[in-house]
Amino acid sequence: MNPLRLTRWRRAALAVCAAAMTMVIAPAAAQFRVEIAGVGGTQLPLAVAKFKDPGSAPQPVSAIVSADLERSGLFRMLDTPEVIDETAQPAMSDWRARAADALLTGSVSRLADGRFDVRFRLWDVVKGQPLVAQSAAVPASDLRLAAHRVADAVYEKLTGDKGVFSTRIAYVTKAGNRFTLRVADADGEGAQVALASPEPIISPSWSSDGRELAYVSFESQKAVVWVQDVASGKRRAVANFRGSNSAPAWSPDGKRMAVTLSRDGGSQIFLMDRNGENLRRLTQSASIDTEPVFSPDGLSLYFVSDRGGGPQIYRMPVGGGAAERVTFSGGYNISPALSPDGRNLAYISRQGGAYRLVVQELGGNAPPRNLTDTGSDERPSFSPNGRLLVYATQSQGRDVLMTTTLDGRIKTSLAVSQTDVREPVWGPFGR
Amino acid sequence: MVTMRWRWLTWAVVGLLAGCASGVKLDDGAPVETRTPTEVGAGASGAGTSGAASSKVASVDLTKSGSAAVNTLPRVIYFDFDSFVVKDEYRATVEANAKALAADRKKRVSIEGHTDERGGREYNLALGQKRAEAVQKALVLLGASTDQIEAVSFGKERPAVQGSDEPAMAKNRRAELNYH
Repeated sequence: MNPLRLTRWRRAALAVCAAAMTMVIAPAAAQFRVEIAGVGGTQLPLAVAKFKDPGSAPQPVSAIVSADLERSGLFRMLDTPEVIDETAQPAMSDWRARAADALLTGSVSRLADGRFDVRFRLWDVVKGQPLVAQSAAVPASDLRLAAHRVADAVYEKLTGDKGVFSTRIAYVTKAGNRFTLRVADADGEGAQVALASPEPIISPSWSSDGRELAYVSFESQKAVVWVQDVASGKRRAVANFRGSNSAPAWSPDGKRMAVTLSRDGGSQIFLMDRNGENLRRLTQSASIDTEPVFSPDGLSLYFVSDRGGGPQIYRMPVGGGAAERVTFSGGYNISPALSPDGRNLAYISRQGGAYRLVVQELGGNAPPRNLTDTGSDERPSFSPNGRLLVYATQSQGRDVLMTTTLDGRIKTSLAVSQTDVREPVWGPFGR
Repeated sequence: MVTMRWRWLTWAVVGLLAGCASGVKLDDGAPVETRTPTEVGAGASGAGTSGAASSKVASVDLTKSGSAAVNTLPRVIYFDFDSFVVKDEYRATVEANAKALAADRKKRVSIEGHTDERGGREYNLALGQKRAEAVQKALVLLGASTDQIEAVSFGKERPAVQGSDEPAMAKNRRAELNYH
């Protein structure tokens, strides 16, 4: 356990508990919003100095680091206009006077081969000791990634959890009749187009190694499941049977996929190898069975079925066998997502006329908890450290993406352009 | 929706033409071929000058030409909320399409099921599939062959009309028959 986390945070908790209300932090320069609601919000006071930079860096590295950490909702960012590099020995008493618990310093310099050297040092201000220092040389195109990695290192040192700032999310935008599958940094910035189409694209899904995306494209005037190599753009149709082909889900080992096919009539779940071979029907019902997801151990499949009337989430062994119902609260529960540790199930639950993101602990009797008070939530996906969920919802008539902590207290909206954004899915660690 | 797509296509074509016009210089010494005009489609010798040949009229029979006849068929069936029942009021629609399919076994039709905007995308895809398959079943009962029909779904991805009020949503809960 990290001493800074245990002691310092309790102190911070007292300060913040006094406020005990909803805060909205909306930095003028940034496009995101962080909302922190409820009692007990604990924020560690953190100073991120401007990294020394000869002016050649194409990305504002320390600003990206600072925005990442602020967006986590776990830090109170102190105004820090000073430029301090990692070699400096800042006077800790000065920073204690400014009520900082930790200070991040660093530099960005251009190397002779055109790459950039990113260096940082994190200080425990209270103890007056350096906590961690690292350096990395990256090409200019990876400077944002390098900044996110600095934020990950700081986050991990100060909270004990692995950071997800350097991971990626995929989502679909719709502008007019143009649908675009994009891959962006976890903050929604730096988006790159993976697929542009005049027809809808839905249900993107990352392979466990983060190299491939499966998705459903309607480009041939029907739903077909494709797999695309993200780095090369090479793509292939892996399920293109008569009728509709949809809802691709990868097994944790990346060797198999579950898909929903209507080739035998009705929507039923099938298993196949990653290349589309060895197709085997898994569900045998006269009802709708769809939206399969593998449990992290690869042994079970969670899916949506209306065999009991309305849609509910069920679980069955991947090897086949009886399905047991998992959700009981409400008459319409869809779009299951499993936390990486397999302990929490997030899904969309209809409550009155509203579709809300809820989370339910598996293996217990606790009722599902509402994470939002919005009405059109869709398709949750867990961050690889299990701390956050990304989901689609509506705000001011537009489709937008939000992230939330599992207690629903800290929410951020992801930076995106002036288009409808939907179908988010969080990629794995290890870019 | 169809109208919208055609409009989009039209603009795309206009755009292409505009692109051509700006890119090609018409008076730039392009080769010009001069030919003596000839009658187009002149089969028999002396056609165009013979009085008898000029009065010939070629028949076009829409009742026999497959695709033209199919174009006149009603091809949208609307559904009640949360329902997959092909209502009685669409009996004539189903019968006419089944008859056309039974009359020409080479004809192929795709039935696209659609839903309104409420609920999840994948679950709506499955609901739209159920609607398409309900229409497929009705067509087969009335004489069409299963091989002629592919039931597919667009879920809520391709609404006929925009809007979240009930009249808009009622227009989106539908199955469309597309011959190809």
